[in-house]
Amino acid sequence: MKHLLSTQDLSATDAIRILDTAEEMAAVGEREVKKLPALRGRTVVNLFFEDSTRTRISFEAAAKRLSADVINFAAKGSSVSKGESLKDTAQTLAAIGADAVVIRHWASGAPHRLAATDWIDAAVINAGDGTHEHPTQALLDAFTMRRHWARLHGTESQGTDLSGMRVAIAGDVLHSRVARSNVWLLRTLGADVTLVAPPTLLPIGVEEWPCKVSYNLDETLQAGVDSMMMLRVQGERMNASFFPSTREYSRRWGFDDTRLRALDELGLKDTIIMHPGPMNRGLEISSAAADSPRSTVLDQVRNGVSVRMAALYLLLSGDTREAVPASAQPGATTQSTKESH
Amino acid sequence: MTDVAAPVPSRVVLNQGDIDRALTRIAHEILEANKGSKDLVLLGIPRRGYPLAVRLANKIAAADPAVDAAAIVGQLDVTMFRDDLSRQPARPPYPTKLPKSGIDNKVVVLIDDVLYSGRTIRAALDAIVDLGRPRIVRLAVLVDRGHRELPIRADHVGKNLPTASSEKVRVHLEELDTVDGAPVNEVVIEAGA
Repeated sequence: MKHLLSTQDLSATDAIRILDTAEEMAAVGEREVKKLPALRGRTVVNLFFEDSTRTRISFEAAAKRLSADVINFAAKGSSVSKGESLKDTAQTLAAIGADAVVIRHWASGAPHRLAATDWIDAAVINAGDGTHEHPTQALLDAFTMRRHWARLHGTESQGTDLSGMRVAIAGDVLHSRVARSNVWLLRTLGADVTLVAPPTLLPIGVEEWPCKVSYNLDETLQAGVDSMMMLRVQGERMNASFFPSTREYSRRWGFDDTRLRALDELGLKDTIIMHPGPMNRGLEISSAAADSPRSTVLDQVRNGVSVRMAALYLLLSGDTREAVPASAQPGATTQSTKESH
Repeated sequence: MTDVAAPVPSRVVLNQGDIDRALTRIAHEILEANKGSKDLVLLGIPRRGYPLAVRLANKIAAADPAVDAAAIVGQLDVTMFRDDLSRQPARPPYPTKLPKSGIDNKVVVLIDDVLYSGRTIRAALDAIVDLGRPRIVRLAVLVDRGHRELPIRADHVGKNLPTASSEKVRVHLEELDTVDGAPVNEVVIEAGA
């Protein structure tokens, strides 16, 4: 594994390896000295072409806990606003000596471009690209679900997957990279995923995805759900009207107080409510639901640091001596596939 | 991990009885050096140091009834503290589990299967510093095969094995290993490739 770009090509073994490593990283957060020397002397660049609070802070905390040097780059106030291309930015970072680039970009596929070209020879981690993928968010969601699922079954979470877990993901699937990454990853880990959204907020081709699709949140809840994930309505990406009014949206597809009570009435006492944040309180999730004991919103943030530590550690601690000559020659594909094993 | 493509010539240097006698002696040496069982904590280094630490704790508990074996054993993962992280394939860390009483002001005995370059122990010393401040840190190993690269020596050694650096020393413990489907306890030297 040289890059972390997508959950679609992540095998179950690799996913479980990341989650297991994250479990050990979480233990570090509970110690007196919350720091490990594993990435001492390595440089991690946070390359953010799009606004972000939790993802950037989370990656920064993760890299610092592993003793890496962190350079934060925000497109605003940089040469990007003077028209610098992604290629030139990447080559600048390469010249500075970045070992890993955490990239968030408004264009779907920008991280893949960075990884596939010889602009920069660093591990690339996709921290969200357009409406495509957000693999570390999916991994931290899976980590949170796996802990919950293991606790319910009275086992250790190490080495387990999500077999049999019923996950519903509701809201703005069309614009959500979180939903895409989650569908692939949760399916790989054995969970049953149902997407719930108004037809206007589902992407074309969703019937090909390895999940069920529903237009009715109440019916989905009645069928039984172990984890209810609400997605943010992404107003900033909406260039047309996808639903008549926010009020209608929250009544039909939002997780409101009535549906929170319905969970108790349906006897779903162990169902957790997840949200990747930032939340639009009162739109896709009510305050009572967001602050209820079922809510894992803050656990997700906390687990995000552990999962990102695991990803950085696994990507950056490999054998770097061979990686350098192999990728110095662009044609050396056979060599790089051998390395990943 | 133990699967080798072609059979390599190997010889058994410690069998089950040898290992057991060596551990019994080390257990008594630990008690002797510490003048009793007070403040003892045994930390095994994954993977094979941990089962050895458990065995030693049981032997110490058998010699001193005041000791609760489970309460003095822990596991110390040193993966993240190694100095060769960028030279080897990434390895996932193992859990670090400390006894409830912690390690502050304790006499910590590090337990590992094979002492070779000494780099694992250096990493372990760093890992310990991040977890607390023991009064004393000692080192017990089942096999010392020489070829030290750092100024580190063991306080308690099961067996000194003169080896060539091309050879491989493999420790098989029934808690983790099977050979041909049967659990085994043995130390084997394999000729280098």
